[in-house]
Amino acid sequence: MATQHSRSAARLMMAPAVILLLGWMLVPLTMTLWFSFRQYLPLRGGDLGWAGFDNYVRFISSSSFWPAVQATLIIVGGVLVITIVLGVLLALLLDQPMWGQGIVRILVIAPFFVMPTVSALVWKNMFMDPVNGLFAHLWKFFGAAPVEWLSQASLPSIIMIVSWQWLPFATLILLTAIQSLDSEQLEAAEMDGAPTLKRFWFIILPHLSRAITVVLLIQTIFLLSVFAEIFVTTQGSFGTRTLTYLIFQRVLESQNVGLGSAGGIYAIILANIVAIFLMRIVGKNLDA
Amino acid sequence: MARAVTTQRRAINTLLAWAVGLLIFFPILWTILTSFKTEAQAIASPPLFFNFDWTLENYAIVQERSDYMRFLWNSVIIAGGSTLLGIIVAVPAAWSMAFVPSKRTKDILMWMLSTKMLPAVGVLYPIYLLFIQLGWLDTRTGLVIVLMLINLPIIVWMLYTYFKEIPGEILEAARMDGAGLREEILYVLTPMAVPGIASTILLNIILAWNEAFWTLNLTAANAAPLTAFIASYSSPEGLFYAKLSAASTMAIAPVLILGWFSQKQLVRGLTFGAVK
Repeated sequence: MATQHSRSAARLMMAPAVILLLGWMLVPLTMTLWFSFRQYLPLRGGDLGWAGFDNYVRFISSSSFWPAVQATLIIVGGVLVITIVLGVLLALLLDQPMWGQGIVRILVIAPFFVMPTVSALVWKNMFMDPVNGLFAHLWKFFGAAPVEWLSQASLPSIIMIVSWQWLPFATLILLTAIQSLDSEQLEAAEMDGAPTLKRFWFIILPHLSRAITVVLLIQTIFLLSVFAEIFVTTQGSFGTRTLTYLIFQRVLESQNVGLGSAGGIYAIILANIVAIFLMRIVGKNLDA
Repeated sequence: MARAVTTQRRAINTLLAWAVGLLIFFPILWTILTSFKTEAQAIASPPLFFNFDWTLENYAIVQERSDYMRFLWNSVIIAGGSTLLGIIVAVPAAWSMAFVPSKRTKDILMWMLSTKMLPAVGVLYPIYLLFIQLGWLDTRTGLVIVLMLINLPIIVWMLYTYFKEIPGEILEAARMDGAGLREEILYVLTPMAVPGIASTILLNIILAWNEAFWTLNLTAANAAPLTAFIASYSSPEGLFYAKLSAASTMAIAPVLILGWFSQKQLVRGLTFGAVK
């Protein structure tokens, strides 16, 4: 049993982490909130006074807002569908008995450890370049005209790059979940003559539903703030300006801090909506 | 009881899995191969796979022209420093939450997790402004602190889930034998906690090494780590595939190796214990 003495010691030990995170959360957040209500242009006069909800209205009514929302949804949605569908299939495959399972696992997981700027630049130049990229060679080999990936098919290209980076994460988590499945249940179903597809649909998929939800939520949070992959490939042109990139441009490139901050508050609200669902799942697990 | 599997079925699985695995790994393999080609061979049509003259000249050129070692050193300091600092702050916190839980422990853990969900771009300007005020822009100190803060929730959570697995009876036994708080931590808990701490360090070095929002936005020439160094190849001059590949290979090799050791921890760390 914890004594009074150890309780106060525990509180003391927790203090640095709590205070640091509290500061990290409150100070910048308060500043963003404050700026979002000011007309603040650091390079053109500085802080020009109270703006009310002007920035919030202008951010939403600007012509680049809805295209940015659309680009964000397409990228996040596209990557989620690809990584989860392929992730389930890949996890099922890796769970099968085979030779060299450990090595295959390493090969599949590797992309997750590649830094975003490297993967984006390697894909952009060595695969998607319309003259020297491998895809161009492949297309020419089959007699087709090479595609200018990042301008003609910009969103699918970004989705491809980001999916490649996140597929290992989805696969690894789903594989971990599959491996915790009680194999006796599957064997019983097999003996009862349930076909493979039915076994997958009625036993494996329900078992995976929690892991899939976790993958979905965690990836959504990270994907909403995809940045480097766009920064080094299209710089937000050709319809790839996501909400995150739009805010970045408002704040640092055009130095309209008030407007960018209002956008930032929207992004924070959006991320929090997703986070609430994730926290519920994690919280339930904490009780167990 | 293991299910009996025919050799034929196993062979098909193996073939299929290896094909998919190699396909997914291919961009990395291709980068590594290209780094050993000359620039002319790197863009040869049709592409050369193994039948080229292997050379190390790109590695020499990358180091010579752009002082690769300086960026590498920045990455080491930033990733290592932020992880170390995070561990120092997080170990006591996670220890107290795991062994002296109170009613609020769960709330504190959940709240810490919620700070991780804060989109970085939402606080970009405040941090930028604070960095200017503090003179931290383009310094390693500033990045060490920011990366420590963004990874602190993950560090606390991972350590917490590891510490939770240490049986409490051992502590009680130690207390019966008259061990004080200090002895308890030093001689009983620490030896049992080391594997968990080591895995946490490993995963966080990887996360910090690859972080590419703050490192791109808060550095210029002095403190830029490898993420920013590679980004400078996005507006190149002339032939550069082989050099880009050499620089990329050197940038990802350390974490690729660390990453292979930390596969298991990856799941635990990145799902906050929701999937084990």
